[in-house]
Amino acid sequence: MSTGTLIQFVLDVLSLGSLYALMALGLVIIYGILKLVNFAYGELVMVAGYTLYLLNATPFPWLAMAAVAILVSIATGIMTEFIAFKPVRAKSVTAVLITSFAFSTLLQNAALLFISPRARNVPLPDIFTRSVEILDVVIPIRNLITIACVLLLLSIFSFAMKRTVLGLALRAAASQFRMARMVGIPANMIISLAFAISGLFAGVVAILWLGRIGSVVPGIGLEPLLVAFIATVIGGMRSLLGAVVGGYLLALIDVSFNYGLSQNLLAFRDAFTFTFVILILLFRPSGLIKGHEAGQRT
Amino acid sequence: MLKVDNLNVRYGAVTAVKDVSLEVSEGEMACLLGANGSGKTTTMLAIAGALKASGRVTFNGEDITSLSPERVLRKGIAMVPETREVFSDLTVRENLILGGFIHRRNRKKSHQNTEQMLDLFPVLRERQNQQSGTLSGGEQQQLVIARAMMSQPRLLLLDEPSLGLAPAIVQHIYEFINKLRSTGLTILLVEQNANMALKNAERAYVMALGKIAKKGDAAEIAASSDLEALYLGS
Repeated sequence: MSTGTLIQFVLDVLSLGSLYALMALGLVIIYGILKLVNFAYGELVMVAGYTLYLLNATPFPWLAMAAVAILVSIATGIMTEFIAFKPVRAKSVTAVLITSFAFSTLLQNAALLFISPRARNVPLPDIFTRSVEILDVVIPIRNLITIACVLLLLSIFSFAMKRTVLGLALRAAASQFRMARMVGIPANMIISLAFAISGLFAGVVAILWLGRIGSVVPGIGLEPLLVAFIATVIGGMRSLLGAVVGGYLLALIDVSFNYGLSQNLLAFRDAFTFTFVILILLFRPSGLIKGHEAGQRT
Repeated sequence: MLKVDNLNVRYGAVTAVKDVSLEVSEGEMACLLGANGSGKTTTMLAIAGALKASGRVTFNGEDITSLSPERVLRKGIAMVPETREVFSDLTVRENLILGGFIHRRNRKKSHQNTEQMLDLFPVLRERQNQQSGTLSGGEQQQLVIARAMMSQPRLLLLDEPSLGLAPAIVQHIYEFINKLRSTGLTILLVEQNANMALKNAERAYVMALGKIAKKGDAAEIAASSDLEALYLGS
């Protein structure tokens, strides 16, 4: 492998891995607290995408549109908790899973009904289509933006989780929810905070994901949800670090097959990826990073 | 200070606590004794708001029966569970900071409380930056007591503080408990180690099969001949 190809490979893994890591983190932060998968997570990406599309007609600068799209994703995340989780979270797991599926379907159908089943182009600044040349390798600037944005966001998130009382409270609630409440940490506040963070990550993922594909469709949330789910399973459902590691590892597997498979086998890339994932899980059934064994559902 | 009237707690079809009534006066230590499965911990958890219960729990005259655990804590009742439940990923100091979560907006007070607890429990000061999951059982017990004290409660619910600890460590833990009592703290203690509990408490309740089977002055209960029989369920 030449130096140029190696640089391209590393940057491809890092940019795709950054997106996957963020997707996984948004899913696992809810799982950590509620011990439930939020199946409406992908729709947060969709909502942010359509917000960006609808804001196209406004005179606002693109950064303001992106910020509003992220805010709408955060608000939808919090709404998911109030509509789909809170009324039934003390009931059975099945009830919560069904309401989470229902909310996801409701949002998708709303997009189909009120906007369009067809793909809609979102506004993107020129920088997302430009490239730079590093050591004779052409690198899309959007990949560098993705890496920089996600690393910055992960650093802030990591700092907040380690150095702020609310961050510590989130970590405590993820490991011992009942005990966290018994030291005075309010359950509702901490759950809403987790949904808000999940919405923030989904919003940022939406902007960066749309920067790659350029348009939004009602089913756009399925891939991020699937990727997030696989990455968290590989990395470990109970660990925030595991989600990040799982995201980057899944990207490494994906990109390696992209580079290594011949053209006629490339169509079966997902089959190879999932075989690899199964192999990892055979040896590490709890994922690469175990996290907390004991966790109560709320 | 604490008054429990006809408390009932059910786990599905099973009634784990039946018509339990008890009282704890300000500044006293009362103990709740009984064999495994007699309903002591369930009673404690119901008082702390962690389990749904019927009946009536009042604290300083205020009905707290249906309050959530976080609201019960804000009323001035903190609980140390038998399973200790340190936040194992967090350091000793971080556990203490979370213990003072309700005072988090007053940073100065929170810092002062943390320092006070680290002075009271010197081993915790030594290990303040260590992950709490790596502490020994005795150290974890000190940490959860200190963490509960961070909220500055008026009533401390202590569930089996001697569980799984060596006798020397148990002695040490009770020294700390008595030190806390000397500050005027009211304590409701659940113990299987009846001798240790009765030696330290003023009032005692003995539970059997989810009911209060005997109650009275701790010294009288210690002297009574049927304590062993109640423990053995005969």
